[in-house]
Amino acid sequence: MAIAAEDRAAAPAPPAPPPARTATGRGQMVVLTFVRSLVPVVLALLAGAVLLLVLGRSPVRFYSDVWRYGVELNNWQNSAVLMAPLLLMAAALVVVFRANIWNLGYDAQYLLGAVFVVGYGPWMFAHFPRPVAYAVLFVIAGLAGAIWTIVPALLRAYFGTNEIITTLMMSFIGIDVANILVKGPFQDPTVTIPQTKTIPYNDMLPNIPGTHIHVGFLVALGIVLVLHYLLTRTSFGLRLQVFGENPKAARHVGINVRRLIISSFLWSGFLIGVSAAVDILGLWSYVRSNWNPSYGNTVIPFVFLARLNLLAVIPFVAFYAVLSTGGDLATQAVSLPTDFLLVIVALILLFMTIIEFLGRRRELGQSYLTKGLREALRQPLVRRRRSP
Amino acid sequence: MTAVLAAASGLFTQSFVTALIAGGVLASIPLMFTAVGEAISERSGVLNIGLEGMMLVGAYTGFLGAYEAHSMWVGFLTGALGGGVAAALMVVLSVRMGLDQIVIGIAITLAGEGITSVLQQAQFGGAYPRLPAYPQVAIPGLDSIPILGKSLFDQPLVVYFGLGLVAAVAWMFSRTRWGLELRAAGEKPEALDAAGVSVLNTRSYATLATGALAGVGGAYLSVIAAGTFTPFMTQGQGYMAIVIAMLARGRPVWVAVASFVFGISLSLSTALQLTGINISADVINMLPFAAIMLALVIFARSAYLPPALAVPYVRGAR
Repeated sequence: MAIAAEDRAAAPAPPAPPPARTATGRGQMVVLTFVRSLVPVVLALLAGAVLLLVLGRSPVRFYSDVWRYGVELNNWQNSAVLMAPLLLMAAALVVVFRANIWNLGYDAQYLLGAVFVVGYGPWMFAHFPRPVAYAVLFVIAGLAGAIWTIVPALLRAYFGTNEIITTLMMSFIGIDVANILVKGPFQDPTVTIPQTKTIPYNDMLPNIPGTHIHVGFLVALGIVLVLHYLLTRTSFGLRLQVFGENPKAARHVGINVRRLIISSFLWSGFLIGVSAAVDILGLWSYVRSNWNPSYGNTVIPFVFLARLNLLAVIPFVAFYAVLSTGGDLATQAVSLPTDFLLVIVALILLFMTIIEFLGRRRELGQSYLTKGLREALRQPLVRRRRSP
Repeated sequence: MTAVLAAASGLFTQSFVTALIAGGVLASIPLMFTAVGEAISERSGVLNIGLEGMMLVGAYTGFLGAYEAHSMWVGFLTGALGGGVAAALMVVLSVRMGLDQIVIGIAITLAGEGITSVLQQAQFGGAYPRLPAYPQVAIPGLDSIPILGKSLFDQPLVVYFGLGLVAAVAWMFSRTRWGLELRAAGEKPEALDAAGVSVLNTRSYATLATGALAGVGGAYLSVIAAGTFTPFMTQGQGYMAIVIAMLARGRPVWVAVASFVFGISLSLSTALQLTGINISADVINMLPFAAIMLALVIFARSAYLPPALAVPYVRGAR
């Protein structure tokens, strides 16, 4: 378990957000925070443009294609459809990151949720009215995701075993388990390619009238808003934050730390499972073997850029949804693999940490990471100015 | 259950064991190079989560070097260089500037995955050119030991270099001033600082060494094992190497042993195909990771993970 630095442990909890230095500084700080969140994105896009130039591709064409395929005409609706699972994935990550816990097992949690939805979906829809089936499938998917976090959660809660390693290992295992299920019990016997049965078109989530965006988008948005309320206005949210900022202090004020670790893991896994349910029931309708959209990897930078604030997550996720939807076709148009988008995401992460560094140096605004994460990750022997 | 046991007794034929051990050695070499590298940086107090990305970069540059220069050795050199360059990013951002090791590590992995895939496509346009097979070197005498001889002592030359490297790093850790400084940087940086040695420099060299070794590990995958570069070809081996270094508590000899165990489980699928037993590839792929989880669950009580990991994280640790 991460041990807080001695000087911080001495200070009593409850962690308030760092106060604005002066009254006039507050407005300025909001602007700076805003700028510092956007600059990494802009820099990453510029660096991506340079890379495209080096590869002999036209950046202007690429980015205008991204806009064309991601926004123009009705394409923004495709981006909105992609936002649904991304938002829930981001919400799931915020829940654990706020508690200073790294759940990096999202791929497996997502895939297991997805596989169970397509596995039981056709049967459920055949035997139950649709609303019941939806509810049950959402819960099944959520439970599949949550159950996959149990081992890392228990190990972290009781033995302090590093959850980065355990969730990653569980992720590799879970991806294989999902494949085994796709090729085994859930395989569609009528098709030669290993894939699951398809959920009938009529049983998919209905669209928002007048669009081809399924209602899962609204569900995701609703969950994000409710969760934002839970995290910022309830005792559960406060306990998460106290624990995230200073585990020692959390123990001192009588928070059941083990229960907190386990419940934040379970909630995170549950939300990831639900994101899979929304995605499958809204968009995909079946799962092929070795399929892995790997939403988590690409959402991480934006969760940090939003400073673990779920309201701020929404525009960032919208941005990435456009980049991804448009980028899928735009990369093909310049005959590059879609993995080019991974480079841009990685660049955003790198620029984010650099800007963070510069900002911290000048003590501008607050950090991207929670205090706990920041302290836990800081290198020893880097001299740091005390905040007044 | 009895059927399984019956199958198992019939399974250990000579050819199966030979194939299993030979394959295990081959599969364990990239893990060993990378995990020894990780052991170096972990001991110096840097947890390198970007290992997967460094391996991939090494695999790509290694393949490129071997392909252009028609030489396996140039391939390993360029692989080491590629891994080193990726690690340089980590040095500047994490070690020198003190930025979050995990965020940087994730970024390096993502960037490594993306950039190698993009460059490969941009350069070869969807083709996957192959390298020639490189000769194996048999150690005279030892290679005629029944069963083990053929599998252990008839291998590509790099395999022996890998084993030599393990010994060299073990010796460095325990017998040289450099090793002492390295360990001090991880265990008690204040003390090293007080002794007048730069902690940041020590950690920088260690991280660069890690990157170079991960690059060699990756180059081994592309140049020797696969003979070509395909995007995402490391398939989680970088993460496995991190865990191996942890389980071995940074001791090189144990790194070699653990790598071999995981190498065996990686090679199990090919060896099983020889016996005609057809177990789904997914089950086999799962084995090494399942083994690691099992090891973590069983040994969770003994406190080997938290101290090794807490060291790089905690500021002013004592």
